Amino acid sequence: MKHRQDILFKNSLGLLSWAFIAVLVAMILSLLHMSGLAWEKIGFSFFTTSHWNPVKHQYGVAAFAWATLVTSLLALLISTPLSLAVAVSVTELMKKRAGRVFGFFVDMLAAIPSVVYGLWGIFVLVPLMRTQVQPWLFENLGWIGIFSEVPYGVGILTASIVLAIMILPTMSSLLREVFQTIPLTQKEAALGLGATKTEMIYLSVVKSSKSSIVAAMVLGLARALGETMAVTMVIGNRNDWMKSIFSPAQTMASLIANEYVEATHDLHLSALALVGVTLLMISSVIQLVFRAIYARGRK
Amino acid sequence: MKHRVVTLIRIVINYLFAVGLVAHANADSGLRMHGAGSTFVYPLFSKWFSVYQKERDQTLINYQSIGSGGGIRQLIDGTVDFGATDIPMNEEQLKKASREVYHFPVTMGAVVVTYSVAELTSELRLTPQVIADIFLGKIVKWNAPEIVALNPGLALPARYITVVHRSDGSGTTAVFAEFLSKTNPEWKEKVGTGTALQWPTGLGGKGNEGVTGLIKSLKDTIGYVELTFALSQKLPVALVKNPEGEWIKPSLESVLVAAANMLRTIPDDFRFTITAAQGSGSYPISGMSFYLLDSRLKREKLEKWNESLKLLRWMLGAGQEYSQALHYARIPKPLSEKMLRRLTDLEKVRK
Amino acid sequence: MKSNFRKTKDLSLKVLYIMGVLIAIAPLVSVLWTVVREGYGALTPTFFTNTPAPVGEVGGGIAHAIIGSFVVVGLASIVAIPWGIILGIARSEFPKTITDNILGFAIDLFMSIPTLLIGLFAYGLIVMRMRTFSAWSGAFALMLIMVPLITKTTEEMLKQVPLTVREAGLALGLPRWKVILRIILPGSIGAVSSGVLLALARISGETAPLLFTAFGMRTFSQSLSEPIATLPVQIYTYSISPYDEWRSQSWGAALVLVMLALVVNGVTRALIGSRTRGKK
Repeated sequence: MKHRQDILFKNSLGLLSWAFIAVLVAMILSLLHMSGLAWEKIGFSFFTTSHWNPVKHQYGVAAFAWATLVTSLLALLISTPLSLAVAVSVTELMKKRAGRVFGFFVDMLAAIPSVVYGLWGIFVLVPLMRTQVQPWLFENLGWIGIFSEVPYGVGILTASIVLAIMILPTMSSLLREVFQTIPLTQKEAALGLGATKTEMIYLSVVKSSKSSIVAAMVLGLARALGETMAVTMVIGNRNDWMKSIFSPAQTMASLIANEYVEATHDLHLSALALVGVTLLMISSVIQLVFRAIYARGRK
Repeated sequence: MKHRVVTLIRIVINYLFAVGLVAHANADSGLRMHGAGSTFVYPLFSKWFSVYQKERDQTLINYQSIGSGGGIRQLIDGTVDFGATDIPMNEEQLKKASREVYHFPVTMGAVVVTYSVAELTSELRLTPQVIADIFLGKIVKWNAPEIVALNPGLALPARYITVVHRSDGSGTTAVFAEFLSKTNPEWKEKVGTGTALQWPTGLGGKGNEGVTGLIKSLKDTIGYVELTFALSQKLPVALVKNPEGEWIKPSLESVLVAAANMLRTIPDDFRFTITAAQGSGSYPISGMSFYLLDSRLKREKLEKWNESLKLLRWMLGAGQEYSQALHYARIPKPLSEKMLRRLTDLEKVRK
Repeated sequence: MKSNFRKTKDLSLKVLYIMGVLIAIAPLVSVLWTVVREGYGALTPTFFTNTPAPVGEVGGGIAHAIIGSFVVVGLASIVAIPWGIILGIARSEFPKTITDNILGFAIDLFMSIPTLLIGLFAYGLIVMRMRTFSAWSGAFALMLIMVPLITKTTEEMLKQVPLTVREAGLALGLPRWKVILRIILPGSIGAVSSGVLLALARISGETAPLLFTAFGMRTFSQSLSEPIATLPVQIYTYSISPYDEWRSQSWGAALVLVMLALVVNGVTRALIGSRTRGKK
């Protein structure tokens, strides 16, 4: 009897899981269907070239794919340590009530529409980058080579920073909740053994939540890969290969946001759908890599 | 704490109820028409439709600014009752619609070249050739001899020009590119005309606000935006040499002149553009915005078809009075008369 | 007891954490401050009770968009919250099956799809068939964005529940589904709901998927099968206009959106907090 109920329960969960998977498959199929024309007309060179000329109908995605990878990973690089710091401080270092209010405040920033982040980027961050950050980096670290470019203020790095700010609430919120569920006994055990507070944080909080940290990174990365409105405002939208991390560039998502709404020509629309397919392919490769790293880390 | 929470919930629920009641009380059983398209006409349309609803019958017309291309696509898909676009539909789009789509130019605007250079105190003067060369990336410094020759009195700095263009597909870009294609063979061959282009140089800003934002927050920039934008945001604008060799400042008047000068060559289906218009006094980067009337309505939603014809009459007549205050140019009289005759024909066909 | 070196290390690490927080919080404060500064002026009483007015007329409001956002987000949540939580349960309680592996991959992949494309999917599936934009299609798009977000957080929260709790339940002779639904889920309701709230906040700010689905409306909608106004679309429409008046309203609407998120969030947390506290 008990057994039968459990089987029923498990099966209904399975059914709902497959329903969701079916939605994704349907989406992918419809994207593939829409991109069929572009694939037929352009073929494999779509992935290896970087011309994007809607007037002459030459389309290639390579440069955008590269810029997408760079901005998203850079955003993750900035956001991961910061959201860890926020989550640790909120749960372990601050007074309980203060931590709650603070965490609550950070969460709410997820509700700000990305248009607003974009406008903030143009009017606050871009001038700051152009007049302060970029010249400073150029003067002091210019020899590295990745910082050399005319200071526009818009570009890869600015976009990454805006993305990092946008994914921070989501990541830190997940980490915070995970840290909060760590049993007190585990922490006390560490302290009892004579660990300092930060040693305790590392040993019983951070180390034991490795899988959740990876989960938070995947969550943040996914958002960064697909973000459109805010990135479009600050990346400079140049359809060319990036030369440094200050170069104006274009990501795949921002390209779709820029052109899909206005496009009317079939091949143009289809090429944009093919950009969507490329984005999904890259995203799946990244997911697989993350999974592999995670699986290896556990061994 | 708990008490405060209950109060909060109560406030929210009461608010929702109150507004809901108001909405219910105002609910009209009148006709509701939905349209989509050009971002440029949105402020004027929202004024028009608000006045129209008050003055005339209770018809509610809902217009959303999703862009000209978006409006055309929605019209073809049949998800909206009317569209609006800054560039007429081309043959390919009309074929896809596989039915008659009537074009009615209802208002006009212009694309202006704007810039931000600290040293410049009076207006910059530019020829189509120089504009094309700057946007092609051939002229790269503000003190290039070509620019200095046109502006002898101005202190032009020896700094690099940062070109800013629209990154999103847009009717504004199409008008600008069409003007350059008409006046510059090299542009026509290398870049061409369209809502989205492969730009040889420069940064892309999303929307007029994105371009304006970049022009203001960077220095030594040059870009193009709609005239309404430049007028409301008080941006500096360049004078442009028209085909007659005159220096023309973009204004509602010089746009009207451009349209008036084109009247003799207007085709019967009203699908035309007014860039690089011949004739004295016309601003060369002017554009028309079209109301797209879908013939499908006649067959499927006769009530909406009739209302559209009434609306168009009003827009071309009393509606024109509202243009100037919102920085839109009026339609020249002869043109609107021609369209009114077309409307009369359409009304006859119905009977 | 503790060596000097470890004490200094402890202190410097603490400083590092606090610095991290300050670096993280500075731009967030700046964004919020910009929204408040630019939007505060637009918040008049009529702003909350009226529908939009044309440029140059006073008294325009966004009441229709506030209601619309509640309707669309509400509709989306009705399906997305249970579905998301159930998928979260499936992932945490029945891991490492084929279904789980595929689902996990699907969830992660889904989150990286630009939301505009999800909107287009809803457009093709619903809007094209109904031949009209509607609240339904907007809600459908938002629902799809919401499910993976909730699943992801729920899964992580439930995984944190110690094995001992599960074993204790099973040892009592309860069937597994009862252990999950009656013990494990209620035990982490606080954490799970915090994930749900975050997802809610996130989708209330989405513009791109609504442009082609919920579309927009000049006034209150009369049915769920016609276009409906929402706050993000209203913010977007106003933010691209040339008039300062409308731009200021756009910031105002953004401020309202953040405040609403705050209220909904605060209320829910207080309710859950008082319930769980009452139980203890």
